[in-house]
Amino acid sequence: MAAVTVRQALRDAMAEEMRADERVFLIGEEVAEYQGAYKVSQGLLEEFGTARIIDTPITEHGFAGLAIGAAMAGLRPITEFMTFNFALQAMDQIINSAAKTLYMSGGQVSCPIVFRGPNGAAARVAAQHSQDLASWFAHVPGLKVVAPFSAGDAKGLLKSAIRDPNPVIFLENEILYGATSDVPDGDFALPLGEAGVERSGGDVTVVAYSIMVAKALEAASSLAREGIEADVINLRTIRPLDTRTILESVSRTGRLVIVEEGWSFAGIGAEVAAAVIAEGFDLLDAPPRRVSAADAPLPYAANLEAMALPRPDDIAAAVRDVCYTGL
Amino acid sequence: MPIRITMPQLSPTMETGTLARWMVREGDGVSSGDILAEIETDKATMEVESVDEGRVGRLLVAEGTENVPVNQTIALLLEEGEDEGALDAVAQGEGSEPPGTADPAPARPRAEPPSRRAASPLARSMARQAGLSLEDIAGSGPGGRIIRRDIEAALERAPAPPVSGAAFEEVRITGMRRVIAERLQEAKRTIPHFYLSLDCEIDRLLDARRDLNNGGHRISVNDFVIRALALALRDVPDANAKWAGDVIHRYASVDLAVAVAVDGGLVTPVIRDAASRGLAAVSLEMRDLAERARQGRLAPEEYRGGSFSLSNLGMYGIREFDAVINPPQAGILAVGAGYPRPVARDGALAVATLMSCTLSADHRVIDGAVGAKLLGAFRTYIESPLSLLI
Repeated sequence: MAAVTVRQALRDAMAEEMRADERVFLIGEEVAEYQGAYKVSQGLLEEFGTARIIDTPITEHGFAGLAIGAAMAGLRPITEFMTFNFALQAMDQIINSAAKTLYMSGGQVSCPIVFRGPNGAAARVAAQHSQDLASWFAHVPGLKVVAPFSAGDAKGLLKSAIRDPNPVIFLENEILYGATSDVPDGDFALPLGEAGVERSGGDVTVVAYSIMVAKALEAASSLAREGIEADVINLRTIRPLDTRTILESVSRTGRLVIVEEGWSFAGIGAEVAAAVIAEGFDLLDAPPRRVSAADAPLPYAANLEAMALPRPDDIAAAVRDVCYTGL
Repeated sequence: MPIRITMPQLSPTMETGTLARWMVREGDGVSSGDILAEIETDKATMEVESVDEGRVGRLLVAEGTENVPVNQTIALLLEEGEDEGALDAVAQGEGSEPPGTADPAPARPRAEPPSRRAASPLARSMARQAGLSLEDIAGSGPGGRIIRRDIEAALERAPAPPVSGAAFEEVRITGMRRVIAERLQEAKRTIPHFYLSLDCEIDRLLDARRDLNNGGHRISVNDFVIRALALALRDVPDANAKWAGDVIHRYASVDLAVAVAVDGGLVTPVIRDAASRGLAAVSLEMRDLAERARQGRLAPEEYRGGSFSLSNLGMYGIREFDAVINPPQAGILAVGAGYPRPVARDGALAVATLMSCTLSADHRVIDGAVGAKLLGAFRTYIESPLSLLI
């Protein structure tokens, strides 16, 4: 066990998988010479050379399509988007080529590819560069969607994503790149589709992913001082959704709060709530509550930006609500 | 055009009935007066007779179906010359009938409309498992929603549940059982009961009865009791009355309701104007009513509207008991068995056959002194049986 940053954990995952499988390569803007816009690919060019660490022009639609073709032809590309905001340029390739070809070819052509990069808000990069696109991708059958929180998540999930035979959207978070946590030694992989329990409470189930897990844990600490103990579930994989872990927790707590950085409409919170209502209706003592971004483009002003994104206080307020503490 | 046979209204208050048994099958020929079916109402099983002639075309309600609304079509009768083809049109046309006759399929028991008390799904399922009714629980959630903590609080208040796993058999409630339950619960909840007891010596009564029966009569002790109670009520009219909210109704005649045990419950056929009937007439009528009661063949008017009740468990060897008043009446006399018992007579111990009687009275109508007067008059008649023969 060693304490490493999320950034290092991601690099280690890619390096280990590239050493283990020569079909794996990294492609994207600034991934080689500059070693990544956020320094995630540090040292990879030196170790694996220009054939496997490939800089591209600023042309997401082009290099995404190129990588998808390489995957269909038998390679295992890791495609880095400098941020997922730029993946909007490549949406047709991701949805119509990567996600659907296995189905449309009757199972003959698979597309084992990872699209990775930072997703969601960073700090004051404004409306066009601050989007949590998790629900966009999770909407599409044929894609798996992964969102790590800790360094362990980052390494274990990225290794599984690279090994997975399907296209995987791997949503990182810029603010978390520098966060440090313990990562088990050796060839450590976390299975896709399994959530983690970050904190065990019993009064309320709080479901979150990516950086919202940190906000949820912060809220849980302050709630504990009020005598409310929260289960905090780190989804890790958004699709396929681990409803079993969520339902197990709700069966003990009877209350559900879902936290997402994205907008609430047709969001991940709606999906989790619907799954719990459908399969665990009789478990619920209160209507599920969602905590999400304000239903507006993210403001540039620092004070407004802070108010528009879910804060620990917002989560705590939602928890008090489902616990009926105000009554 | 096939003839509709509908669920008859067998009493003014009947809204639904149970189709107990079909006495005909599809294809059977029937003529006017033939028995088509037996209908069970709250107290009696009644027969439905055919008014028309024809052939049974279709039975629309299955045997044993409960809560069939009055006037719902239960069968179709084909007239001479009609064939089965005519049935479908009519059976389908049932849909355009007024409400209550709309369902041509076998009627199912109507479910109670679901409770509209707001409750979380968890609270609902907890209450269901614990057998708690949400009606009895106050909700502390938003808008009075019942939530988990409300159920937990209710469970703490509730007595410990019965030992789980105790085996039981579920017995279907008959209309009669439902009426007994509702009436007696109403009686105990709304009528302030009080009780007066005394013993009657019945040796002379037994002698008189033996003499009469040796002469060819079949008079029972109960017949004497009916007669004596009827005369006592005539003598003490204040007790032959009912509480009517803001006034007391004092009845003009003594209509004595006599409890008769039947399969699955009891009914109370009424001897009308019992005070003006002789012992032999009372005896004959009681025997006829009791027998038809046991067969479930009393007409509703034969068990409705008594002014006072009598319950005699003497034939079961019961020494004494308290009866529950049969609303809206104001009193019931509970009569036990005659037993030889020691009595003090002129300072010496003697043996007499004593019959213990307990009056249950509605204190809103009958005060202690009135009740005592009634019981005293009753004893006088019982202990001088010749007076009952007048």
